[in-house]
Amino acid sequence: MDILSITGAAYIVAALLFILSLAGLSKHESAKNGLTFGIVGMAVALVATVAAVIDGSDFVDNRGLVIALMLAAVAVGAAIGLWRAKIVEMTGMPELIAMLHSFVGLAAVAIGWNGHILGSHESMDSLVNIHEAEVAIGIFIGAVTFTGSIVANLKLSAKMKSAPLMLPGKNLINVGSLVLFAILTAVYVSLDTHDNTSADILLGVLTVLALALGWHLVASIGGGDMPVVVSMLNSYSGWAAAASGFLLGNDLLIVTGALVGSSGAYLSYIMCKAMNRSFISVIAGGFGIEAGPAEDKDYGEHREIQADAVAELLSGASSVVITPGYGMAVAQAQYPVADLTAKLRAKGVDVRFGIHPVAGRLPGHMNVLLAEAKLPYDIVLEMDEINDDFGDTDVVLVIGANDTVNPAASEDPSSPIAGMPVLEVWNAKDVIVFKRSMAAGYAGVQNPLFFRENSQMLFGDAKDRVEDIVKALG
Amino acid sequence: MLIGIPRESKQGETLVAATAKTVTQLTNLGYDVIVESGAGDLADQPDSAFTGLDDAKVRVGTTQEVWAADVVVKVNAPSDEEIGRLRKGATIISMMAPGRSPELLEKLQAQGVTALAMDAVPRISRAQSMDVLSSMANVAGYRAVVEAAHEFGRMFTGQVTAAGKIPPARVFVVGAGVAGLAAIGAASAMGAVVRAFDVRPEVAEQVESMGAQFVHVDMEQEVSSDGYAKEMSAAQVAATAAMYDEEARAADIVITTALIPGRPAPSLLTAETVAGMRNGSVIVDMAAANGGNAAGTVADQKVVTANGVTILGYTDLAGRLAAQTSQLYGTNIVNLLKLLTPEKDGQLGLDFDDVVQRGITVVHNGEGMWPPPAVTVSAAPAAAAAAPAPVKEPKAPMAAGTKVGLVLGGIGLFWLVNALAPTDELRRHFTVLMLSIVIGYYVIGKVAHALHTPLMSVTNAISGVVVVGALLQVPSNDNLVLGLSLVAILLASINVFGGFAVTRRMLSMFSKGA
Repeated sequence: MDILSITGAAYIVAALLFILSLAGLSKHESAKNGLTFGIVGMAVALVATVAAVIDGSDFVDNRGLVIALMLAAVAVGAAIGLWRAKIVEMTGMPELIAMLHSFVGLAAVAIGWNGHILGSHESMDSLVNIHEAEVAIGIFIGAVTFTGSIVANLKLSAKMKSAPLMLPGKNLINVGSLVLFAILTAVYVSLDTHDNTSADILLGVLTVLALALGWHLVASIGGGDMPVVVSMLNSYSGWAAAASGFLLGNDLLIVTGALVGSSGAYLSYIMCKAMNRSFISVIAGGFGIEAGPAEDKDYGEHREIQADAVAELLSGASSVVITPGYGMAVAQAQYPVADLTAKLRAKGVDVRFGIHPVAGRLPGHMNVLLAEAKLPYDIVLEMDEINDDFGDTDVVLVIGANDTVNPAASEDPSSPIAGMPVLEVWNAKDVIVFKRSMAAGYAGVQNPLFFRENSQMLFGDAKDRVEDIVKALG
Repeated sequence: MLIGIPRESKQGETLVAATAKTVTQLTNLGYDVIVESGAGDLADQPDSAFTGLDDAKVRVGTTQEVWAADVVVKVNAPSDEEIGRLRKGATIISMMAPGRSPELLEKLQAQGVTALAMDAVPRISRAQSMDVLSSMANVAGYRAVVEAAHEFGRMFTGQVTAAGKIPPARVFVVGAGVAGLAAIGAASAMGAVVRAFDVRPEVAEQVESMGAQFVHVDMEQEVSSDGYAKEMSAAQVAATAAMYDEEARAADIVITTALIPGRPAPSLLTAETVAGMRNGSVIVDMAAANGGNAAGTVADQKVVTANGVTILGYTDLAGRLAAQTSQLYGTNIVNLLKLLTPEKDGQLGLDFDDVVQRGITVVHNGEGMWPPPAVTVSAAPAAAAAAPAPVKEPKAPMAAGTKVGLVLGGIGLFWLVNALAPTDELRRHFTVLMLSIVIGYYVIGKVAHALHTPLMSVTNAISGVVVVGALLQVPSNDNLVLGLSLVAILLASINVFGGFAVTRRMLSMFSKGA
């Protein structure tokens, strides 16, 4: 039993623990166990690898220094990671996750380049070729993930305009880049020797191409589709890890990468279904092309209401549903919302939350924010669980949501969001919409809900208004 | 600007165009107000109610003073004498029935004033807050039931007492406009069994929501596009006549509210029908001013027929609740002036791009403006009028056959890749990859939506496992390789530790409620 077989066995243990981790995270009850499995699995993998590296580095000249540097890199990375994780606001979670994805991408690029520089140890030509192809593919996926995640991060943190970039012939650009990538890879693989400048340049061009493609791919997707994009990038980062695994012949990387890759892809698919979008068109940055028909339709007049009147309405209600959207996250209104909920529940009002699958900028974002404000998760319901109950609901508070409560999605077949399942808040007796102004939502679609007979608008910052209501309730 | 509230000159008028409450609202808009002495006496608004307000802005004055104001607001159209008192350039606001009174408009033009007709407010939702016809019809409908109850010799509500059973009164309401709906509400609140009919079948829901049963007649009917009922075709009249006859004979109280703008009221209850009604029944004909819906109606009179049916033709039903109606009318006026005084600076301005302001302006500085361009009210289903929008083809769900085909194709591709793979090692890698993909898919399939974000941050942490790859590349004598590896290790470590830590933070927040 040598160190290599011990490491190999440890990898299998780590892979199993990762699977258990993902399985555990599918339920609230087991989520914390799942996290523990994941951490233990990662620890096993790291310790085994470090041991194998130390054991197998006899030939290195400055062995001590190299090992010290390696451990230092892990330590510095750990410190930065823990620090970021500690200070991040829950509303900034989407940006952080997008940023972390970009790190995996960049790491995969570095590993790919190392693979190129080190060359293949194989003797058979076909095996050398496979190694070269793995290098090219690994770099490509890693680079696309890297720039794509950077753009997603910029868009989510509003440092970049969230409107989709509309280059002429953008589908052609995407497909062309893929074709060009295939050609470059073929040429690179067919080169006889790889430790010369022309091979370096070729791989450099390929890297730049992949970086540009990643940038363009995400830049041409609108901000409203960001939840899908983030989970798609999650999937990409998994594939990047799997590609590195092929390159290094490491099963742990392949297993983990494939797990993350397929789960991320499936998650994106679930969300696309929730938005009634084609998976392919979101990936290809296709949404936003279809403009709605004449938008100058007269929807009538909206009615305004004041906070004290809302308070009165709420105290007279027996059941209240709150449907939050991204606006609640922006205004940081989750704490006053929790106060309001506690007050109403103390008065015997049945308060529940209805969460649309794509509310916020990350799947499940709203649940995290509400949990942050200490709201019990068993009154936070999904769209399907609550949609039939709106008819028996006295008051619905729409806080910072727009497209996810738009009746046009189910009633107006010409609407750009037609067919998207939405929270049917308009069936309730009274609907109070918290909004900054009458501007349209992310999809750029006017919302007829605001002009319904049973809807009233409460204008202003969501946090301030909710606090006003809490104050008025006394 | 100064607003004058004169005493109504029409014989028997009880209403006043402003109350103490609405006068205060007018001063908040920046106006000064002068109320004619005694103007509100009959509406429970004595002079003392106004003198107690802000003395700098509100006062009680004489007829001359009031009519010299910049804006004169009253209820009824001004008489010739009153028009003569208006100064040139002044604004007069009142009900005017502009469609039926061309002479009045001529005189107003000759006087060189601006005239706004409160009864010409277009029936769009935005203008509802200033629709005086609705306000008055609402009060009148209520009062019609009260008048009927007063004449009716029995109770409305059904009871079983020791002295025997009292059947509930049966009320039939014709026309489900504002007045009809108010009457339905009042009558059912008093305990009567209410049935109602309207030529617009689309109002059936509103009728039922007020507590009445809607009487259906099988016939084709155009859908109203301006919010008012249209007169029916001859065939339809024949079909409904039988229904009116039947319903009226069965009813104790009949309240008719059928009006067609600008035309005499339709005759709905024939002399025969009235003669066939039970002794003691009551008909309240709310269309009496326009000729009446029932045979035998005399405007402003109570008539008792030979067979003992009482027909009330009162046209001042709203005026019989003077305090209430004045308050509503005054509030409508305030809402109009809010629209005309957007700056709240007491300066009245007209914007003819606004259909409401254009609609009510019948004379502008001596220039005739009637009739305004037509406004379509969207009470009609707008979808029919709009151009047919391109309907997206619903996506056909994937056929089961295609699905099986795709799966088999994928498996076949996997076989091909493995068969072509040059070494066992590569084959093993592909097998591991495939199995992991399948496991990933099934593991995620059952994730609760609320946990998507923690799940994503955990998978993100796990994908930081590339750190293993970078670590394995460290043992090298090439400094470039070493450098790249170290960078990769650093980045991936951020991922691993950051991802797990942030997930931990999130999960610790989720808590179950008591």
